[in-house]
Amino acid sequence: MIDSRKPTRRRFLVRAAGSAAVIAGLHGARLFPAAAAASVTIAARGPQPVTMTLNINGRPHTLALEPRVTLLDALRERLNLTGTKKGCDQGTCGACTVLVDGKRVNACFTLAIMTQGRAVTTIEGLANGDQLHPMQAAFIAHDGFQCGYCTPGQIMSAVALVNEKRPTGDASVREWMSGNICRCGAYPNIIAAVQSVAGGQA
Amino acid sequence: MNPFRYAQAADAGSAVTALLGDRGMRYIAGGTNILDLMKDDVEQPTLLLDITHLPLRTIDAGPHGVRLGALSTMADVADAAPVKSGFPAVSQALLAGASPQLRNMATIGGNIMQRTRCAYFRDVSQACNKRTPGNGCAAIAGQNRNHAVIGTSENCICTHPSDFAVALLAVDALVHVRGAGGLRTIPIGDFHVLPGATPNRETVLEHGDLIEAIELPASALARNSVYVKVRDRASYEFALVSVAASLHVTDGVIRDARIGIGGVAPKPWRSHAAEAALTGRPPTPETFAAAGVAAASGMRGYGKNDFKLTLTRRTVVRALEHAGGLA
Repeated sequence: MIDSRKPTRRRFLVRAAGSAAVIAGLHGARLFPAAAAASVTIAARGPQPVTMTLNINGRPHTLALEPRVTLLDALRERLNLTGTKKGCDQGTCGACTVLVDGKRVNACFTLAIMTQGRAVTTIEGLANGDQLHPMQAAFIAHDGFQCGYCTPGQIMSAVALVNEKRPTGDASVREWMSGNICRCGAYPNIIAAVQSVAGGQA
Repeated sequence: MNPFRYAQAADAGSAVTALLGDRGMRYIAGGTNILDLMKDDVEQPTLLLDITHLPLRTIDAGPHGVRLGALSTMADVADAAPVKSGFPAVSQALLAGASPQLRNMATIGGNIMQRTRCAYFRDVSQACNKRTPGNGCAAIAGQNRNHAVIGTSENCICTHPSDFAVALLAVDALVHVRGAGGLRTIPIGDFHVLPGATPNRETVLEHGDLIEAIELPASALARNSVYVKVRDRASYEFALVSVAASLHVTDGVIRDARIGIGGVAPKPWRSHAAEAALTGRPPTPETFAAAGVAAASGMRGYGKNDFKLTLTRRTVVRALEHAGGLA
């Protein structure tokens, strides 16, 4: 989906309050030189939609989004990449886990505009054509889900766990997967799936 | 989330100047705290100034300690070898906080600025003097199981949520801040303030102040530090009570000690009373028990959190057993 609306770019001048330049200390007023140069010009965009290019699964997507749009909403509502799930939308469930520059993050707490110039990988970007990523295959082989809603986030987190070379004992996998909640309670099978891939690489 | 404008900071000096000129402007780095609060309408900035492009994601180690750039993530610092070896409580505290995903996002500067998890603060339909000065505190007579037992006031009984800041107390960390007057250095123990009559004020920072670095000075005390966290589940949960303890022991005598306590106060709590009960004494179970009692002295519960007094005593002892080699 391409949206070519023009960016809303505003330049504005910010002037520091005059009182900030003089601060009364215990021993009388002191003038801080750094505060004397009390104005600066910054380029601000929004709050209307602004044009940005996001790199998702190796492909550039140019969109017009308000600065307040999260990466999660941009993926789901604008790019139709609905594999990344919205669970809590407040950083506690992990259903929205994606990789940004190879690191696992919560897409619900990431502003889309702040991911410009960075590489985003979602669950849709893991498979190679019809060939599943080994972690996807392992979740199927070990029955690592019931309802499946948390599964894309679980798999993205598990892929990161392996890349981070975390220890693969039960306690370590539980700890390093703790940012992904499964309300169906498929944890034993999720741990087995993670260990089958991590163990194979060790 | 309210609509807002977005800009990127070109350098630290102009970022500070920009905020000084606009009370509605806020910094954003990892975003894990401010976006959360914006989704709940607790924070409604008119402009977010993105500071993530500033060259502050650095970890510099030397003989005198480690300087952590404020944009270093929790994960960066937790995994850094000189932090693990010279300041184990700091690494342990970071790994005991949040989730792997959040630790990849959240910066250490933002960590010590994070705001309370008090449910009444985060629910704009509830009374909260911190969010709206003068409108009361629903926690005092409410669901206060997670709330503070020391350092409170009649206006606020919230707890500070940071594990990292508690560990910083145990290693005498310094916070380097750029503000209207240029650079200044604030000892971590002076950084956070108690609610008193102004629970909306949580640190000594002024609007526009920018944390540039957190310095960990090398010391024998810091090398022998531990962090113990007690919580309702094994991982990914805030502390009921946590303790950062550091001990410097020579010839069978405790020469110096630091006790930081989390989950019990509106700021990361340093127990000078517990430290006094340790200094000059042998590192024995009796000494540690006395330190636990001293740490809990002056604490009072609000009903549902009365258990924190006992839990504080026991968690202090557990942390000291580890730091003192008895565990």
